Amino acid sequence: MTGDDRRVAVLGAGMHPWGKWGRNFVEYGLAATGEALLDAGLLWTDIQYVAGADTIRNGYPGYVAGATFSQALGWNGTQVSSTYAACASGSQAIANARAQILAGLCDVALVVGADTTPKGFFSPVGGDRRDDPDWLRFHLLGATNPTYFALYARRRMELFGAKEDDFAAVKVKNARHGLENPNARYRKQITASEVLASPMVADPLRLLEICATSDGGAALVLSSMAFARRKGRNGPLATIGAVSTVTPRFPQTVIDMPNFSTDSAVAAPVKGPGFKESVANAAYEEAGIAPEDLDLAEVYDLSSALELDWYEDIGLCKEGEAERLLRDGDTAIGGRIPVNPSGGLSCFGEAIPAQAIAQVCELVWQVRGEAGPRQVEGARAGITANQGLFGHGSSVIVTV
Amino acid sequence: MPETKTRKPVVEGWFTVDEHPPALLGSRCTGCGTVSFPKETVFCRNPVCQSTRFAETRLSRIGTIWSYTDARYQPPAPYVAADPYTPFAIAAVALDNEQMVVMGQVVGGVGVEELHLGDEVELVVDTLFEDGEHEYLVWKWRPTGRSNGGATSRPTGTER
Repeated sequence: MTGDDRRVAVLGAGMHPWGKWGRNFVEYGLAATGEALLDAGLLWTDIQYVAGADTIRNGYPGYVAGATFSQALGWNGTQVSSTYAACASGSQAIANARAQILAGLCDVALVVGADTTPKGFFSPVGGDRRDDPDWLRFHLLGATNPTYFALYARRRMELFGAKEDDFAAVKVKNARHGLENPNARYRKQITASEVLASPMVADPLRLLEICATSDGGAALVLSSMAFARRKGRNGPLATIGAVSTVTPRFPQTVIDMPNFSTDSAVAAPVKGPGFKESVANAAYEEAGIAPEDLDLAEVYDLSSALELDWYEDIGLCKEGEAERLLRDGDTAIGGRIPVNPSGGLSCFGEAIPAQAIAQVCELVWQVRGEAGPRQVEGARAGITANQGLFGHGSSVIVTV
Repeated sequence: MPETKTRKPVVEGWFTVDEHPPALLGSRCTGCGTVSFPKETVFCRNPVCQSTRFAETRLSRIGTIWSYTDARYQPPAPYVAADPYTPFAIAAVALDNEQMVVMGQVVGGVGVEELHLGDEVELVVDTLFEDGEHEYLVWKWRPTGRSNGGATSRPTGTER
């Protein structure tokens, strides 16, 4: 295969605005799909493959999203898949669609994910499930998601000298980025003093530094490069050059949700990079680009402090240097390598099966130069980075 | 009355209940020596090990703090909170011999301001919650007052 053959084209991107709308998730997915199809200049009946990213709400352990959306759009005998990989569900749906296209099994595919979320801490599926680490961590330890984000944040403070002011500065930056994003849920400039005055949730992380849970939907129309050329398109064509969905390598000695213990390294020493770094490395390797080639990144800022970890994990700087990058303004729009120009989870809140797709939508609009007031000047290459519960890597590289 | 309640582990077989001092009960792979907590019973997690046989092992009672935080707001069910809710600290603790990290609540009355990376903690078995008949027990970490040198330490590997 030539390099060209390993890419797929992004013909369309669409989103339903994030919020707390309280409606059925299918509605958000359909709105996003409609926008993506319009962007692609295609009809639903042109779609040959549907890759749905599942929501676990509405009573099922994995709502069968691919078929649910297909039924709502009108049964059309389309090939379908439905994927659940927590926060990485969207990337896996993209990976499914891309594999079908690259294998020559279809020319054009729809990727869609949407969610309706309850208020407050995410909690595990109900029942008495003593064989599920996700249930046990709540029952035995009271360990919520922010517990884990806070463990990482505290290490940054004690190992690398991160300050509470740095974590607040990430929030302030992302709030500024999201101000002009019509799909963002929170579009309000936040000051550092507001962040630092918000209640402590999991020391050292405060309420305004922990991402909310949101309703939202995102969709992409992907095609083969040949189909995209035949169809033609006004303006730049965004392409996906890599999708990384790697797992950790044994022994994984960094505590990770939902586990409350790590692997042991007594029989096999820790070798190579940590999990989050390996997620991005796999994407760089496949796309044949390096961090220096990036113009922007969309990373999973589940907490403000976690965004700093990602700077290092995706190779924007060495370990321990993320605070300097932030303080120098490198990661703000207008800086050397803007991170989360969309406003990130900080402005969106998390709509789990839609979020990894939404990250890619932002890269697509950015590399096409269609991001409006939040446009990163001259953006041609971007990476998404994310991680799904239980060890699902998620990273996508978009170039133009 | 508290003295009439039966002490019961909140989860069976994960830690000793009547031993002094107590210990977490993990497994050791008879093939490669990999330690697991909670116990592995089916297949070794070391990808190059084909073993399916495991022996029970007591984990080190002493470790050092890898990181820590607290829970200022009441966690959702299935956590069973006291009424009124009392915030508690949580520590992730590196065990030298096992080269792994195990999380646990920190004993009541110890706040994050008293904790640091590298501080030594010991395992205790303590009350998690109570109902009319039982006092449910879980493992927790209690600072010993010693430290291995604080923030510069990297108890497990070089990774964050």
